[in-house]
Amino acid sequence: MELIWDSLPRLFDGALLTIQITAISVAIGLLAAVPLALLRLSHNPFVRLPVYAYIFYFRGTPFIVQLFLIYYGSGQFRDTLEAVGLWIFFREAYFCAVLALTLNTAAYTAEIFRGAIQGVPFGEIEAARACGMSRGLLYRRIILPKALRLALPAYSNEVVFLLQTTSIVSIIALLDLTGVARVIIARSFEPYKLFLTAAIFYLVMTYGVLFVFKRVEFWLSGHLRDRPDDSLEAEADTAILR
Amino acid sequence: MFDLKGYGWMLWDGVQLTLAVAVCAMVVALFLGLIGAWGKLSSVPVARLAAETYTTVIRGVPELILILIVYYGVPTLIQDVAETMGADIFVDFNSFIAGFLTIGFVYGAFATEVFRGAYQAVPRGQIEAAYAIGMSRMLMARRILLPQMWRFALPGLGNVWMVLIKATALISVIQLPELMRNADIAARAVRQPFTFFFAASLIYLAITIVSMTVQHRAEAWANRGVRRS
Repeated sequence: MELIWDSLPRLFDGALLTIQITAISVAIGLLAAVPLALLRLSHNPFVRLPVYAYIFYFRGTPFIVQLFLIYYGSGQFRDTLEAVGLWIFFREAYFCAVLALTLNTAAYTAEIFRGAIQGVPFGEIEAARACGMSRGLLYRRIILPKALRLALPAYSNEVVFLLQTTSIVSIIALLDLTGVARVIIARSFEPYKLFLTAAIFYLVMTYGVLFVFKRVEFWLSGHLRDRPDDSLEAEADTAILR
Repeated sequence: MFDLKGYGWMLWDGVQLTLAVAVCAMVVALFLGLIGAWGKLSSVPVARLAAETYTTVIRGVPELILILIVYYGVPTLIQDVAETMGADIFVDFNSFIAGFLTIGFVYGAFATEVFRGAYQAVPRGQIEAAYAIGMSRMLMARRILLPQMWRFALPGLGNVWMVLIKATALISVIQLPELMRNADIAARAVRQPFTFFFAASLIYLAITIVSMTVQHRAEAWANRGVRRS
């Protein structure tokens, strides 16, 4: 018990790094995902296919392979990367971890948004066109706001999955929550106590994220409140799977 | 396309082990999923609570942590408990067994949700009708419930399988020589990490594509009795 108590400050530091890399990747991934989803729906195959290939690759391979490919794999091109001045980034585990996480979550999020954009009722789009909205206005006022709301249950799951995926960066010696636990275990030989403590940390963070998303969903669905409509909840239940 | 410097056989060995672990884990996941769904839908409060706790905890804890707990934590826990009882034993887990049990345990929670949804998708009236014509519970489950549940569960289970096969790459951290681990060893030996990890990623991608095709076929087969508009 004493060991866990003494380790708490360091575990908190680790949790902070976990939250930090999750937040950075989620933010950049989200910004990248919206344009990616739109490009994925483009009618031009030269635009659509590369984006589709990127999404397919990052959804179809394990995150640990993507991380190793970027962190260890970049070493194979060290000379080239040094020549263009990018090596100072790729030699940092932190940079590689955030890059891999961002590319991973952007792919999953883009696919969620694609589904959501296609889920916008066609009548609404037709009505907006009938009102004389331009393409830009149509996307800004009708399609994207509606799609973001439709995507929210699935997106909250994606954020939870990303939070848990960050534990893998401990393998490239980053001191996130899992990394800190492993370092302490290497010295104290008390694996189950520390891993269980770390597990509780993750549990709290996961349900914290889910709580925040529940609030946001509630806040965004004010106009639907009085209607007996539980389709959003049903979607959240099935969306537990990617 | 790839010059694997004679280490291609290592990747091949790895693929076989990856598939073996994944199949064993999937069997565990299906088994736990059925039990979990039964628990969640049970009228016994203890069973409901246990099933609810199971899915809640699994959803909130990363797979890597669970793998590490099972592989490093559980043997130490057993030793500590044995020590307090005066026995001095040494427990060591086989990484294959620890790996597929943990992955199966994790994805059993996801399968639970799939089976629960599938059960609820079977129209109530049919179950009532089965009882009305005098079927026993077992007969009803065998003739009415399960054949239809599989159809509703298939898309979700295919999804579980595809996430599960990717999760097996994590077992490489407990030194099981599956695809990821062998790619790592080969990459270090030849000093060409990009080549080997990229080759490994393409193999995972190929497994995903094959799984998708099989899933598509299986769904078409399961839905053969359903009229399409």
